[in-house]
Amino acid sequence: MYKLMMQGNQACAHGAIVAGCRFFAGYPITPSSEIAEELSLLLPLVGGRFIQMEDEIASMAAIIGASLTGCKVMTATSGPGFSLKQENIGYACEAEIPCVIINIQRGGPSTGSPTMTSQEDFMQSRWGTHGDHNIIVLSPSSVQETFELTITAFNLSEKFRTPVILLSDEIVGHMTEKVILPDPDEVKIYDRKKPEVSPQDYLAYQFTEDGIPPMADFGSGYRYHVTGLIHDQTGFPTNDSNEIKKIKDRWMKKMIKGEKDIILTESIHTDDMDYLIIAYGSSARCAKRVVKIAREQGKKFGLLKLTTLWPFPDQIISRLTDKVKQVIVPEMNQGQAIREVKRVVGGKIPVVGVNRYDGEAMKPEDILTVINKL
Amino acid sequence: MSFRYEIRLSGAGGQGLILIGKILAEAAAIFEDLNATQSQSYGPEARGGASRSEVIISDEDIDYPKADNVDLLLAMTQEALDKYGDETKEKSIIIYDQDLITAPKELKGRKLYSAEITKLATEQFNKTIVGNMIALGLVTSLSHILHPDSVKKAIQARVPRGTEQLNLQAFDLGYKRGEELQGL
Repeated sequence: MYKLMMQGNQACAHGAIVAGCRFFAGYPITPSSEIAEELSLLLPLVGGRFIQMEDEIASMAAIIGASLTGCKVMTATSGPGFSLKQENIGYACEAEIPCVIINIQRGGPSTGSPTMTSQEDFMQSRWGTHGDHNIIVLSPSSVQETFELTITAFNLSEKFRTPVILLSDEIVGHMTEKVILPDPDEVKIYDRKKPEVSPQDYLAYQFTEDGIPPMADFGSGYRYHVTGLIHDQTGFPTNDSNEIKKIKDRWMKKMIKGEKDIILTESIHTDDMDYLIIAYGSSARCAKRVVKIAREQGKKFGLLKLTTLWPFPDQIISRLTDKVKQVIVPEMNQGQAIREVKRVVGGKIPVVGVNRYDGEAMKPEDILTVINKL
Repeated sequence: MSFRYEIRLSGAGGQGLILIGKILAEAAAIFEDLNATQSQSYGPEARGGASRSEVIISDEDIDYPKADNVDLLLAMTQEALDKYGDETKEKSIIIYDQDLITAPKELKGRKLYSAEITKLATEQFNKTIVGNMIALGLVTSLSHILHPDSVKKAIQARVPRGTEQLNLQAFDLGYKRGEELQGL
């Protein structure tokens, strides 16, 4: 292992290389551009490909195509580009194609505030593409965590055959901190399951025990059909109601079965608390400071940092909120994650938001002002 | 006793404030056994427009990565001093470029240091571009947090190849000026 100073976006690029990413297609956009810049330098060194496409829609399409050949793939963007990618993210959900999408959030809507921070895409990351679908969203709070979670994003994507979104923000993306890079053989890497049957017997969307069909590489002799239409086990479109329900149930089942791997959180001082702060991304760093200050003042605060944002960690939140008087949800938007927290808490205790949406970072005093009124 | 030291480097885009922030953070976290976080705030312009770089240095893990209790403010434009001067506290150090700031503020209890940063850069090096390195020397000297050798190592690691000597000389000049200002 060795340590060096890196920007969050650089750490993301390095994490991708360690995870095995060998294809990146993207279109530069502030505040994510350094990811593309760094990968344009790194990918050729490891025999990978970097392509700057004509726009974000094409970038998303390109990584889906590359993933079908067996390659680990990624794209990176921010708000406006994330909106453009949504249609093809839906395609990747429908066709169960592993891919990683990085969104370094800036203020929106539309072109919004390009150089300023936000957490305004929390809901979009879950429901940006239409229709019932499953997706995994992870959120880093530091440069080190950006490196590690980029690797996790690839592993989960490969394991569950789903797009995984790394939802960072301008602060974490542009922040420079020390990163400890592990030796490559210390890093756990997961590769997608390949078929063990002959091409003749291969069913591209077979119903397996774990709900995850083995995926053959295009060009390796296995021929199958890939479509955005609802399909049966062969991959060809179907209008059979039974088949439609069956594949949607399988998608849901594979995520529920995988929750143990997928749902990641960090608890600080939650064993002995009266009040709970639930935070994610750069706001969680602010919340950590607040918990420390509150404890120094003799107030028993705890923090639940959400590392996985989607699927939403219902069970953990439900359990932790059983024993507290109130929940505080600080976020850099007008109140998005708080809706999910309120749904889980179900009215048993008050849930209060602390919202900052002026492009500046959440400040400890923003949360402390609310806390001091409790 | 743990410490947390907050530095805010403020001015305009193109003055090299983000670079010297990264150098300070690298000096602390790589060349000394400390933790450091550098972050930034800037506008859409490549040059001009308000620019701000913040460095937190601590011997502990850094939870909140932004400055909210500034120990040292470097102001390289009038706008920056006007905007951030009030956000400093009693005994904060404020360093400003007297060539760029024509109306210094009355700030009670602060340790104000003015230096002719732009003039030194022009007269000694014939390049205003090294003003940031002179400022870095002043910051290093006046803050007493980092050893100048650590900062110099970080300069060598971060500036474009071939410009190391020029940047180190500018840093030394700023560092010396800082010592003079303190009567050292």
